[in-house]
Amino acid sequence: MWIAYKTIVVKEVLRFSRIWVQTIFPPIITTSLYLLIFGGLMGERIGDMQGVDYLHFIIPGIILMTVIQNAYANTVSSFFLAKFNHSIEELLISPVSYWVILLGYISGGVVRGFTVGIGVFIAVSFFVDMQIDNGWIIFATFLLTAILFSLAGFINAVFAQSFDDISIVPTFILMPMTYLGGMFYSIEILPEFWQMLSKFNPIYYMVDSFRMGFLGTSTTDFSTSMAVLMSMILALSVVAYYLLKKGVNIKT
Amino acid sequence: MPEALSISNLTKTYANDVQALSQINLSVEQGDFFALLGSNGAGKTTMIGIICSLLNKTSGEVKVLGLDQVQHLNEVKRMIGLMPQEFNFNPFEPIEEILINQAGYHGINRGEARKRAEVLLKRIELWDKRLDMAKSLSGGMKRRLMLARALIHQPKILILDEPSAGVDVEIRRSMWAYLKELNAQGMTIILTTHYLEEAELLCRNIAILDKGKVIEQTSMKKLLAKVSQQVLILESVKKLPNTLPEFDFQIERLDDHSVQVVLDKMNISQALNLLSLKDIEIEHVRSAQNRLETLFLRLTSKVG
Repeated sequence: MWIAYKTIVVKEVLRFSRIWVQTIFPPIITTSLYLLIFGGLMGERIGDMQGVDYLHFIIPGIILMTVIQNAYANTVSSFFLAKFNHSIEELLISPVSYWVILLGYISGGVVRGFTVGIGVFIAVSFFVDMQIDNGWIIFATFLLTAILFSLAGFINAVFAQSFDDISIVPTFILMPMTYLGGMFYSIEILPEFWQMLSKFNPIYYMVDSFRMGFLGTSTTDFSTSMAVLMSMILALSVVAYYLLKKGVNIKT
Repeated sequence: MPEALSISNLTKTYANDVQALSQINLSVEQGDFFALLGSNGAGKTTMIGIICSLLNKTSGEVKVLGLDQVQHLNEVKRMIGLMPQEFNFNPFEPIEEILINQAGYHGINRGEARKRAEVLLKRIELWDKRLDMAKSLSGGMKRRLMLARALIHQPKILILDEPSAGVDVEIRRSMWAYLKELNAQGMTIILTTHYLEEAELLCRNIAILDKGKVIEQTSMKKLLAKVSQQVLILESVKKLPNTLPEFDFQIERLDDHSVQVVLDKMNISQALNLLSLKDIEIEHVRSAQNRLETLFLRLTSKVG
């Protein structure tokens, strides 16, 4: 099982590495532009947020946004393409358990999220003096976030019937949730109703604890964030495993 | 010794209520070279899909080398190598990687997989292209790649769904030679094909599927014996007379040096003797029809 798992992960890593111009480079450019515009040019006019200057405030959110997008994009595109070109059959006819298949694809998403996240961190370090308050919190939040969105991408890929279906969720659900999850602002500045609504957005907890890892400031308890993340991972894992085992949109 | 494949009461009904297989019973002995024939939509690919765990069955039982497919799923998967009808690899992966990955899914480490891939790629004459993307291969090369992939984990049973489709004559012949070699080494081979000549040439036993049912399962020899009529083309040494003499068999002049004869009860040597008595010396005999094709059409009611 270990060899099969390793094979899937290596295949996934080689897949996104071969097309690094499409997968790794663009997020670094996009993020640098975000920082230049929102942090560098507009940030001084906005002032402080949660007690830190705006440029430093938005960096964790922007890094996490790239992790979310890339972890999701990797599994959704890879698994959907495997369905589309029928190469998923290579796995289905092999003695690989469904958990190993799932874990392999999720790990691929996590590795891409990590690669891009590190790339963005390094790029940002050229412009900004980065501070890290607690590396473990950063790592734990990153890992759980990448796992969660890799799982979400996997489930999207299972249901997707066309290329449109793999872009609808990122555009109309993921992007708004990310932007409204406190990436560019602290939810403390929102009216009470919107503050309460934001707490139903799981991305808020991820951004908040990731920011705490960098800046040492947060609006919610770290253990609450971890509990939210872990329960969502558990729920999505069960759903993804069930779909794979039943062969939904894979087997007839 | 358990059968290589044993299928009992296998039924498959798709979600749209199309019944692809109906109460199929089939068995294949170990070491056999078995043909599964049927026209398009007969249920061959559905049956293969179920055997290889690509499709869910509606009911029935599949046993591979005595092991129930449901209870021993992974053991059964280890014993089967599949070369499907449609290309089902990632076209953007290098050829060697495709083989190494497939080996990895079967728990074979990368070093060993690389060695096996080298042997197979050399055998199917794709070694020089090992670093190329699969999309760059021709149709015939892609089929050979799928054959190599089916063999990378050294299965006991090889299932080939239309292996020769889109393959030119030369490559087809070399693929047949390779399949015969594998069968001689003890591998059970099950194939579906549209080239009936392929089934007649390679297979010892045969099942014919029609509308989701097995309508015949027997040895190739017994099946071909059912075709009593032979249509042959005979080529004469000398120029034939414009009007042919009367014979106890049907004869038709095709051109100055060839005739077509239809033999019902008479064998070819008797016919040649009769021709010789009328000063028609034959130097070459060839079949004008594929006997299996005739029989296949008769069994599936395509002809009376």
